[in-house]
Amino acid sequence: MITIRNVTKRFGRTAAVNDVSLAVGDGDAVALWGTNGAGKTTLIRCVLGLLRFRGSIDVGGVDVARHGKRARALIGYVPQELGFYDDLGVAEAIGFFGRLKGLRALGVGGVLEGVGLVGAERKRIRELSGGMKQRLALAVALLGDPPVLVLDEVTASLDACGRDEFVSLLSRLAAGGRSLLFASHRVEEVTALARRVVLLERGVMTGEVPARDLVPHLGLQATLHLRIAAASRERAARLLREGGFEPENNGVGLLVSVPTTQKAAPFRILAEGRIAVDDFDLHAHGEQAHEPEARP
Amino acid sequence: MTTLGTIAGVAGEGRRAHQTPGIPSNIATVARREMREAMRSRWFLLYSLAFAALGLSLSFVSAAAAGGMGLAGFGRTTAGLVNLVLLVVPLMGLTAGAGSIAGDRERGMLTYLLSQPVSRTEVLLGKYLGLAGALVACITLGLGACAAIMAWKGDATRPGSLVWLGGLSLALAMGMLSVGMLLSVLARKASVAVGTAVFLWLVLVFATDLALMAGAIAMKLRIEELFSLALLNPLQVFKMWSLHAADASLDVLGPAGLYATEEYGRWLHAIFGGCLAAWIVLPLTAAAVVFARRSPV
Repeated sequence: MITIRNVTKRFGRTAAVNDVSLAVGDGDAVALWGTNGAGKTTLIRCVLGLLRFRGSIDVGGVDVARHGKRARALIGYVPQELGFYDDLGVAEAIGFFGRLKGLRALGVGGVLEGVGLVGAERKRIRELSGGMKQRLALAVALLGDPPVLVLDEVTASLDACGRDEFVSLLSRLAAGGRSLLFASHRVEEVTALARRVVLLERGVMTGEVPARDLVPHLGLQATLHLRIAAASRERAARLLREGGFEPENNGVGLLVSVPTTQKAAPFRILAEGRIAVDDFDLHAHGEQAHEPEARP
Repeated sequence: MTTLGTIAGVAGEGRRAHQTPGIPSNIATVARREMREAMRSRWFLLYSLAFAALGLSLSFVSAAAAGGMGLAGFGRTTAGLVNLVLLVVPLMGLTAGAGSIAGDRERGMLTYLLSQPVSRTEVLLGKYLGLAGALVACITLGLGACAAIMAWKGDATRPGSLVWLGGLSLALAMGMLSVGMLLSVLARKASVAVGTAVFLWLVLVFATDLALMAGAIAMKLRIEELFSLALLNPLQVFKMWSLHAADASLDVLGPAGLYATEEYGRWLHAIFGGCLAAWIVLPLTAAAVVFARRSPV
């Protein structure tokens, strides 16, 4: 559905994207993964035809560089943060973008119901929370039932709760058979939504892994500091070792290094062994911190 | 029905699959949105009130001073209104255009808008027409109020003069809007675009007059050169055309006016019209070319 061939985008002397090629098939879900400045957002903007580039990008067989408008008709795009007239009402916004997508008759209520925004029709965009704005952007993206969804760090501006809800909503939508290309720096998001992960580093594609292999591939780890009563600590350490972990007794509790996708596993082992955890701390390391990507 | 099905089903009503809307449809959609945005904004309200208030004051004062009898044909009120239009309308057009694209770019709206199935030319023309609509409303409101007062006070100005003045004011506004749009696509920040627009307004209103006078003396410009240079300033074109259209002699403009009347006579309408049309079309075309090539980010 999306074919990217040898795409290079330069800003002055800097190559933000350098000779990247990848394909997203029908119903495929591909995540773009990389640190700040890796070129994720730039590549997405090239796919949308917002930037000129060397190489070629086809969406549904339509050349983005030559027929950007036709290509964008096949794409539903959700940005990091919805940027539109704040004084516009939600229903007005749906109507406006619907008309741009060639929709003559729009049931705004049904559209909003699909993304959990029922009752928000009369609200102004400025009155919406960050999560509601993203839901509105998603509703706009889905207008006209485009076969491709392109998402750019869509949960970056949301709090933890809003993030979980939005990813849950997206994963339901991703099951609808449309192709998905998205940029993210969150492991949970990538493992929930993607089938494949394209790794980008300073504009260069350094590899591609199945989404389930991302965590071991990157070696992302977290350290659990489990506070356990001294009398149970030895037995807890033994159970955790049998479970494949390597706990370290620091005199106050146990320090356990775990992959970021298995943070609950030590708790499960200890619960089965009837050992109480009085308290715990979690320190993630190895995961990229998020800052806005360098913009041209 | 799934969430996806609900949205797709409802949203997909009344259309063929992924058909891109036509150019006129997209331009009209953007224009309606832009006009509504402009009408709600403070600048529109401020300009409308200022224009109407100054025009009304002028109408009252002129009518009172003439004792209900204006100057023959080209009334003194209309003469005052020409000067008011020369000051206010270019400022309105320039700043409205300058703030449009650059403001949207700065607020991140432009990227989102252009990620939809719409071309850059459609966005630019839609914004232009939307702002033009708002300016038409503003000018019509201001001049309409003046016309009503003049009719009530029995001003001798012929209605035709006012209609001409209204039409020429709109043409001047469209030209200045085009220039403003060009500044807007060239500038990265709205403040830079609007600042440049205000500076250009000062140049057009004051500096070019002074420069022409100084040039005429210092460089001993010939009359025809002076007239040609005056045609480069759309405000001068507006002023000369307003006087000419109202049957008033261009003698009031001095030797250059005399020369223009004698040399070009009935061709003056075409010359002035061509000049104002060029000020509308050329900057807008340049804006479209620049906008198509520049990154919206």
